[in-house]
Amino acid sequence: MPAKKSLAMLLGSVLLLGSGQLMAGPSATLLGDTCAGCHGTDGASNGPATPSIAGLSAEYFNTVMAEYAEDARASTIMGRIARGYTKEEIALMGDHFAGKPMKKAKQELDAGKVAAGSKLYKKNCEKCHDEKGALADDDSGLLAGQWLPYLTYSMEDFRAGHRDMPKKMKKKVKKLSDAQIEELLQFFASQQ
Amino acid sequence: MKKLNRRDFIKIAGATTAVSAIGFPAIAAAGGKKKVVIVGGGTGGATAAKYIRRGDSSIEVTLIEPNEHYYTCYMSNEVLSGHRSIDSIRFGYDGLRKHGVTVVHDTVTGIDAAGHKVMTKGGKSFSYDRCIVAPGISFKDNIAGYDEAAHEKMPHAWKAGEQTKILRSQLEAMADGGTVLIAPPPNPFRCPPGPYERACQVSSYLQKHKPKSKVLIIDSKDKFSKFGLFKQAFERHHKDTIEWVPAKDTGGGIKSVDAKAGTATTGSGDVHKADVTNIIPAQVAGKIAHTAGLTNDSGWCPVDHKTFESTIHKDIHVIGDAAIQKPLPKSGYAANSEAKVTAAAVVELVNGRDPGTPSWVNTCYSIVAPDDGISVAMVYNFVDGKVAKVKGSGGLTSKDSSPASRAREVQYAYSWFNNITNDAFGG
Repeated sequence: MPAKKSLAMLLGSVLLLGSGQLMAGPSATLLGDTCAGCHGTDGASNGPATPSIAGLSAEYFNTVMAEYAEDARASTIMGRIARGYTKEEIALMGDHFAGKPMKKAKQELDAGKVAAGSKLYKKNCEKCHDEKGALADDDSGLLAGQWLPYLTYSMEDFRAGHRDMPKKMKKKVKKLSDAQIEELLQFFASQQ
Repeated sequence: MKKLNRRDFIKIAGATTAVSAIGFPAIAAAGGKKKVVIVGGGTGGATAAKYIRRGDSSIEVTLIEPNEHYYTCYMSNEVLSGHRSIDSIRFGYDGLRKHGVTVVHDTVTGIDAAGHKVMTKGGKSFSYDRCIVAPGISFKDNIAGYDEAAHEKMPHAWKAGEQTKILRSQLEAMADGGTVLIAPPPNPFRCPPGPYERACQVSSYLQKHKPKSKVLIIDSKDKFSKFGLFKQAFERHHKDTIEWVPAKDTGGGIKSVDAKAGTATTGSGDVHKADVTNIIPAQVAGKIAHTAGLTNDSGWCPVDHKTFESTIHKDIHVIGDAAIQKPLPKSGYAANSEAKVTAAAVVELVNGRDPGTPSWVNTCYSIVAPDDGISVAMVYNFVDGKVAKVKGSGGLTSKDSSPASRAREVQYAYSWFNNITNDAFGG
């Protein structure tokens, strides 16, 4: 009796759906909102150090959170936080923050260093960190208008080997002096 | 938006009647705007007000708070050390007004749970569909002689503002070579690592300005939050300035004070006459929670963890330090996180929908020396009707973390402060 069988199957799937709804996890908004205490409302940080996460590409967000959870990327606290979420929850958060506008940080910088950094940027970074570090879709993080201490910590971790650099970046960074790195970071931080 | 025709209206009205018949009296006010009244404008209350408006701007949100400014308890220890100004921990309510919250400066004197009304000292009455109570803490009489007058002489500084100023001025007035006595409270209390961060902050101030002085902690406990990390900090930065005495050595810590004589006496009868005495009494939920009958025998408010609705009075939610939220701690971040879960639930409930699944986070920093920050963090989910720690998540700063990493945690602590206060009070 095929009709009865399909009805049973249909009922079965309805029941499954029903229990699935009961087990539904937290919404993307609620998950994202729990980050605001440290990263700012809607991921727009007021600094001085914690980075803004608004506007990051979902792919970058997912990769970074997975790296934190596995301690493949150095952190003070993010490893401990990242291990609290499932892949699905992280994906929801990634989509949530990808849809929020990045708020560029207003911070005191050295105009001379920024100018020097601008030249270094064109020569060394532009190919991957497109649009002066403001393009989310290059999946290389958002460096433009990011808080300078965060950029500095990131570069310290890269150079100390606490965080992996892509091959091309490693080559470029090796050739730059401490002063040049600082100029570059000042340049990224200065973008409005 | 689609206009309602007469038939649609009857359908909705009919559905509403059916719902109210099974116990949602609040929805009986269909057609009018939904009203939420929030009692208390600290971190929890302010966050809830803002996030309800963010979730559904058609809901009328009224926040009732006696004071025109709120001083955060978190970071107030840095005011004691002189690292930051009292104004830097002061927040007003204009930000919430920008979100369309009606802010009323008045004192709530009672809540009529059956009549869905909040009454104030100013003689006003505010009706609500849902009420959120965020009253913070009040003090128990666990220390004999620690009356209102004694609060001025031996400030608790556990509600920031005037009390913080008094303690700071006492520290400033103290001569070099003096002793500062800190008496931390028994569990559970607001901000579990706070008394020990305070000891570190006061010690840092003394080391710089009054190097012959000391901090004596006479505890009512034998262990406390971030225990290993604080012991490490005492050893590393405050070896000659901080002495911590566990409860077992003093018969349970400070049991009585004589504010006039300036003495504090332990359970085993030792009398201490310190130059500055900071008494932090045992705590229970804020006063209005007791008046409104929202507390149980513990003095705190039992709540359904899914929505933080009181298990005693329907349609009233209790959030922040006053609620029984364990394993969530009584912290500012937890209050902020609980407020968001509750705001989301209240938006669903007043619109006749089921509340969603909650998720919470706690992140708490302590600054134990000018360049040494430590933290504890945890992610929480909802399991078997209760808040639960997500296994494998959270935990403490590693004892072995480098000085550079500790210095970063200080900068992240400042970022935490800027962001959480903006999230709660900002426009």
